[in-house]
Amino acid sequence: MAEASVTLTVNGREVSATVDPRTLLVHFLREQLQLTGTHVGCDTSQCGACTVHLDGRAVKSCALLAVQLEGADVTTIEGVGGPDEMHPMQTAFKENHGLQCGFCTPGMVMKGIDIANRHAAPDEATIRRELEGNLCRCTGYHNIVESIAAGAREMSG
Amino acid sequence: MKPPPFDYHCPETLDEALALLAEHGEAAKVLAGGQSLVPMLNLRAVHPEVLIDINRLPGLDHVRIEDGELRIGALARHRAVLESPAVREASPLMAAAYPYVSHGPIRNRGTLCGNLCHNDPASEMPAVALASDAEMMLQSASGARTVGAEEFFTGTLSTAAGADELLVEVRVPQAPAGQGAAFHEVSPRKGDFAYVAVGAVVSLSGGACSGARIVCAGVGDGPHRARAAEDALEGAAPGEGAFRQAAAAAADSIDPGEDFHADADYRRDLVRSLTRRALADAASRCH
Repeated sequence: MAEASVTLTVNGREVSATVDPRTLLVHFLREQLQLTGTHVGCDTSQCGACTVHLDGRAVKSCALLAVQLEGADVTTIEGVGGPDEMHPMQTAFKENHGLQCGFCTPGMVMKGIDIANRHAAPDEATIRRELEGNLCRCTGYHNIVESIAAGAREMSG
Repeated sequence: MKPPPFDYHCPETLDEALALLAEHGEAAKVLAGGQSLVPMLNLRAVHPEVLIDINRLPGLDHVRIEDGELRIGALARHRAVLESPAVREASPLMAAAYPYVSHGPIRNRGTLCGNLCHNDPASEMPAVALASDAEMMLQSASGARTVGAEEFFTGTLSTAAGADELLVEVRVPQAPAGQGAAFHEVSPRKGDFAYVAVGAVVSLSGGACSGARIVCAGVGDGPHRARAAEDALEGAAPGEGAFRQAAAAAADSIDPGEDFHADADYRRDLVRSLTRRALADAASRCH
């Protein structure tokens, strides 16, 4: 099967690569760009661990092919902040104990930012509804909801 | 690599896409939003030799009302449809069903037309299309044809679209003024496949129910129209008694499959309960 070339922006940087057309975006990020913050949970689009932003909207990177993304703008968890300069949503997860094992956290943070981008002060019901596509097996969600509410407050303030 | 290998084509024009479909036929799958297709590739449930990505085709992402019909193009994403005032105006049933269609990140990418072509038996939108007498506008290199929802959904994951045809647009007749609509669903998790979903529309004229449509998903090999229930309601005074009678007729009209999650009796019971609720809500929304 013929390889294909693709040029896209990842975390603000232009990236050109050759890919096998069947490469999922999540595997492209993790294995070709070494951006391993985006996790593979179910790879059948149910769990949300692989959530990234595509042109400013949350999508599941296990349900997209890298080859499709010519000219696209992708942001991963590495693109929003790191240990030295955390994004307000990351800080909110830290301060509100919004994680335990941490596996779902990159997807939760990316989804949390997506929620905050569209709702200035999301209430609990809105956050819980918006989190339908992100599964956590540790926390029971309570502190994740609190974290996103706090992060959204910080982002809008 | 999760998906099996395939050749990838990304045509820039509709003619180019249709020529590729004509050339590859059964060996090809059309990639629109990919929110059903890519997981199926990951599971290796499908093995297309060729993927034809239609995302670059111009002028197919519309959601608009034209000539008394709601017209939705092949590349209209679920989110665009869900947020469109045209949908709330022209198809209250589709608007009522949309909150049950998957969840946000999937809706950002998935398309309504792709959803219809996939025809998962538990899917909401084929049922809405069936209830609404939607028409599928199919195009191939050799011409165009229109197929009604009744003929389009032919069984589990299958439709009347030929291997060389592309669903370029779905047309949904505008709902009659005053008609009420409601949609109810039970699923294991919000946004997950429905055990059972029921949609209903009804009009009230002279204190009697008329023109009801009752459709179910999750009860067989595709969307199911409960005609006996619709007939039972015609001319009846709206109220708990009539809705219960119609709900019983709807439950009798299905022959549901069984799986790990829900046996046939449970599905029948859900059809009964959800039909009664959907009719009560739909009737209360008539104006």
